Amino acid sequence: MINNPIIDINNLNWSYNGTKVLDNISLNIKPGTFTGILGPNGAGKTTLLKTILNLLQPDRNSILISNDDIRNYSRNELAKIEAYVPQSSKNNFNFTVEQIVLMGRSPFLGRFDRESNDDIGIADWAMKETGVFGLKNKYITTLSGGELQRTIIARALTQEPAILALDEPTSHLDIHHQINILSIVRSLAKKKSLTIIAVLHDINHALEYCDNLFLLNHGKIVTHGSPEDVITPDIMKKIYNLNIQITTNPLTGNLFMIHDYT
Amino acid sequence: MISVRYNNFIFILLIIILLTAVVIAGSLGSARISFTDVVKIIIHPIASQIEGIKETSRTIIWKIRLPRIMLTIITGMGLGVSGAVFQGIFRNPMANPYILGISSGAAFGVTLGMVMGLQITFLGMTAIPISAFTGAIIASILVFLISGGGRDILPLLLSGIAMGFFLSALMSLLMYFNRSQLENIIYWTMGSFNAANWKKVVITTPVILTGNVFLILFSRDLNLMVMGEDSAKSLGLSVKRSRLIFLIVSTIITASAVAVSGVIGFVGLIVPHAIRIITGPDHRSLIPYSMLGGAILLLVADTIARTIIAPTEIPVGIVTSLLGAPFFLFLLNRMRQPK
Repeated sequence: MINNPIIDINNLNWSYNGTKVLDNISLNIKPGTFTGILGPNGAGKTTLLKTILNLLQPDRNSILISNDDIRNYSRNELAKIEAYVPQSSKNNFNFTVEQIVLMGRSPFLGRFDRESNDDIGIADWAMKETGVFGLKNKYITTLSGGELQRTIIARALTQEPAILALDEPTSHLDIHHQINILSIVRSLAKKKSLTIIAVLHDINHALEYCDNLFLLNHGKIVTHGSPEDVITPDIMKKIYNLNIQITTNPLTGNLFMIHDYT
Repeated sequence: MISVRYNNFIFILLIIILLTAVVIAGSLGSARISFTDVVKIIIHPIASQIEGIKETSRTIIWKIRLPRIMLTIITGMGLGVSGAVFQGIFRNPMANPYILGISSGAAFGVTLGMVMGLQITFLGMTAIPISAFTGAIIASILVFLISGGGRDILPLLLSGIAMGFFLSALMSLLMYFNRSQLENIIYWTMGSFNAANWKKVVITTPVILTGNVFLILFSRDLNLMVMGEDSAKSLGLSVKRSRLIFLIVSTIITASAVAVSGVIGFVGLIVPHAIRIITGPDHRSLIPYSMLGGAILLLVADTIARTIIAPTEIPVGIVTSLLGAPFFLFLLNRMRQPK
């Protein structure tokens, strides 16, 4: 059971206006792992993530979530299994942090229900995990980019999902906030045995945080596997036309990529 | 978070303000009736003789002022709530209920009806409300179909704007060749309750109230919707289905309101705004409070419209726009300022 993939993708295709964005993708993801999706711009990373969330509807039986076709799940059922953290969640409406985080309980509430004390307790826990509990009464329009992203992660946790899908969660943030967000996500993955799938831009972040990587180019999976198998000088030269070397980060003991600037 | 207690307090406060406004509106007019008499007359509708109250006062209240007050309240409720809903659907606090061409559809319908000398009645309604309602509904359906069934927000918005311009041009054309009707048409588009009667109250109240109750029950979905389509879906909402339901219900509400009152601007825009400032953006409070807020604003505006330069009455739409436009600019300015 524990080794069955929680996400199982078979021959997934996706076209947009006649252009193939995803070309016969097959992959599977084991529960409790941190998976990174890498690739150059336009490779189809975000499209892949959105099909895994059924935000873009895939063909029947091309994506199985816990051994069942994703299209057999209602939106509500899926929201209890998968949570989504988009790139940016800017909003003109002045909700408080707590109101935003409590929205994560929506899939559990009936039409006439209000949030119970249990729901509020779960939201409090999530806000503490991501370090926004002290901001709970602040308006989201007054938050920094990092605070807003941690609020959105807290909302995702409040859904009590098995899978957390993040689309370049750190792309608009300063370096210390990037590390803060990814470290929070990694520690949650360990603590709650969450399955994490993240579209990442920074290859060194992928090397530091991920258990598995999928490298996409032109809608196809070029290679996949452990970070040291995927991020190699040959592959980086082929995909990014970049001369790299892999070394060890003396501060963390993990792999680190360095590259030239020609 | 804003506490339930605070919210209940605001709710009761709004109801008290509305009831007070009813008494004041009942009192003011060419024949002054004292506040206490207004209350007594409203509380005892059946008793033919109430101590010390003139029969003419009873007649004025029950035949003239009360139907107008009730129609104003129900219209204000409709416009306030559908404004809040449209702003939520479009994720834009500057949206208003007329954004999908409802007002221009209604105005075009009325123009066409007047030019053709339409003489129909249905459920006790005369040609003007019927042609306004029909025009509004047809225009909204066309906008909806042209924009590809409302799958995306932006085409819907742009189709609505284009439809508005197109129908206004057609309307101008009709008016240009039928100048005898010019005055009537222009007066209608300014919005007024001077043709209020109990029939209109009885027809519009169930439609608008049912719609509003429905929107209150579904209000939590709007909170998710303003998070954006992808986020709303990932939080468990069937966005397209929900949006369709909200659009249909709020379009019917707005069309009913416009049919009995003309094009009254700014109520649907500024009421939800003002309420958001008081109780925040949670639609579970925003929708019911916008209902009361719309009723209060329109009743106050209409009372001003019919008394300020009495015996002449000015169209209520002029009053709401005169009050609303500066308020709108104030809000714009407030939004632009750094946090």
